[in-house]
Amino acid sequence: MSGVLEDLAQALGTGAVEVVDLTHTLDPDFPVIVLPPEFGQCARFRMEEVSAYDGRGPAWKWHNISMNEHTGTHFDAPIHWISGRDVANGAIDEIDPSVFVGPVVVIDCSEGAAGNDDFELTPALIEAWEAAHGRIPAGAWVLMRTDWSKRRGADYLNMAEDGPHSPGPTPAAIELLLARDIRGFGTETVGTDAGQGAHYIPPYPAHYLLHGAGKYGLQCLSNLDRLPPTGAMLIAPPLKIRGGTGSPLRVLALVPGGKLRGEHP
Amino acid sequence: MTGKLAPPRKKNPQLRQRVPTLPPQARSRAALGLTAAAARGAFELQHCAECGTVQYPPRDACAACLSVDLLWRATARDGQIIAETRIHASPDSYYRERLPWRAGLVRLAAGPTVLAHLHGEVGRGDRVRMDLKLDKAGQGVMIALPQQRTPDMADDDVLRTLTAHPKHRRVLITDLRAPVTRPLIEALLKAGAAHVFVGEAESWRRGSDHASIAGLDKVSVLPLDVTDATSLKKLAAEIGGKTDILINTARHVRPGGVLGADTVFAREEFETNALGLMRLAQAFGPAMAGRTADGVNSAVAFVNILSVHALSADPHYGAFSASQAAALSISQTLRAEFRASGLRMINVFSGPTDDEWHQPLPPPKVAPKALASCVVEALCEGLEDAFCGDVAKDLEERWRRDPKVLERELQGGGA
Repeated sequence: MSGVLEDLAQALGTGAVEVVDLTHTLDPDFPVIVLPPEFGQCARFRMEEVSAYDGRGPAWKWHNISMNEHTGTHFDAPIHWISGRDVANGAIDEIDPSVFVGPVVVIDCSEGAAGNDDFELTPALIEAWEAAHGRIPAGAWVLMRTDWSKRRGADYLNMAEDGPHSPGPTPAAIELLLARDIRGFGTETVGTDAGQGAHYIPPYPAHYLLHGAGKYGLQCLSNLDRLPPTGAMLIAPPLKIRGGTGSPLRVLALVPGGKLRGEHP
Repeated sequence: MTGKLAPPRKKNPQLRQRVPTLPPQARSRAALGLTAAAARGAFELQHCAECGTVQYPPRDACAACLSVDLLWRATARDGQIIAETRIHASPDSYYRERLPWRAGLVRLAAGPTVLAHLHGEVGRGDRVRMDLKLDKAGQGVMIALPQQRTPDMADDDVLRTLTAHPKHRRVLITDLRAPVTRPLIEALLKAGAAHVFVGEAESWRRGSDHASIAGLDKVSVLPLDVTDATSLKKLAAEIGGKTDILINTARHVRPGGVLGADTVFAREEFETNALGLMRLAQAFGPAMAGRTADGVNSAVAFVNILSVHALSADPHYGAFSASQAAALSISQTLRAEFRASGLRMINVFSGPTDDEWHQPLPPPKVAPKALASCVVEALCEGLEDAFCGDVAKDLEERWRRDPKVLERELQGGGA
């Protein structure tokens, strides 16, 4: 057992295990979820210079930053949703740290999402994926790859007069993932739910069902096209905010990398 | 007739830009009454409450009866030029740059004879319409104008120094999404603005007028968010040196009082309405202040659109009113800071606007088009404080009469 981490360190050193960054840059102009204007809104990321090697602080530069818990690439804790408000250890600071490092599987929906902004992840798609890659293991993160993170500007939220249009899971798909006892569900879009997710029963099924079951969410992920369907490890530790419902974070994946894959095709 | 003002030629980059100078600033406290009237476009003189004499120049006592009970009252504007002089030499650097300069004595129908600047179309013997304007030093001065408006009278050299006319100037409007922005663009171009830059925040949100505004002739849409200092810095680096007039239309408003709410909306209101103004001024102010003597398209005005409830809170819009009071206070400091440059800080105070956030309020409300006209009029007239719409005018008048009575009336319980 003592050799596992040494092996990992060596694999990281040689590039046999690659570290892939799944995080968007925190940028003031990165889209956040937009709610009807009479509701409170998600604060955008903001940064103000406190000093920059000048009269305000001669030898140092630093910034004050502000944002919502759900700004940029972020983690959703169970208490984010009403269905998860009574989940034990459901606040971001209460989650067992072992949750933050674990196996990840990726369901590639990029082809479907390329042709249909409202593409749905369905039980049939999950079962087809399992037929190819094996049953989703208990305790795995499940990420829905759509290549949505490659979109820029207004195409990302893709707002229309009838609301945003972006891919996401159906309620039945989430039920199936819960039956597999996953750790959590992640997407490249601004939320774990589809843009039109309000119109499902229950509304926003990913939020409602996942958090009700004490599971976690990751959204605004990027670079999912660099992950294999199975076999990678996700590292996703949020900030430890007392009573927090979520947190911006850096999401990394350890991926059996080029050399290893090259040597053992 | 005034000759049409020609569009400025491109600058010769080898010539030193003219440094702003100001006409003499010193005034007695009594004389500041002229400034106060000019600031809001009124024509007022001291009227003696005891003997009724209208006097000029302003003094601490009535020159006829020595009463100190002097009231600033609206006064008839008509008069006749009884003498004129053309000044060819002056030790004052402001006037030296503008010689020869014409001044005259005008006998007002109301009584006194006043010293006035002369519009190019009027001379000795002419019947004239008098106006009080703020000069570059921000002090009230008299100008004799033609009795009837003439087509290009605003192009007159003297009048041009007393106003912030948009003709041939480049204007930045800060928020594309504000309902007033579209009619404002149209009104500015109609008034002769050379170009209008329009700031757009969060272009990743659709549902704005982007396409229709970006497609207009002489209009450019550029990224700008008054809550984001980085975006301001970027834009100021691009167009800060050719922004002659800045009009801040960015505004965040939500109904609601102070109790029973949190500070989330209030924070957004302060971020946009108060701190946004500060950020804008910090990003664009210094470059504008450095270009106030830069020829026909010199920098001339920074315009802020405020709710009249900056003067006295509307408890139904408690946090919003507070943000407006803060913005008003900031604008007063900016006015002092811009003073040395002659850059004019204009506040246009509006009553409730006819928009989604004032739905339940009964009319009269200020339509976007009416607000746009008020802004352009404030520029053309060179005001410092403009009150737009019946509600704003009424509130301002009540505020001047007695702020405490107004406060109590706005809380309910007035007759």
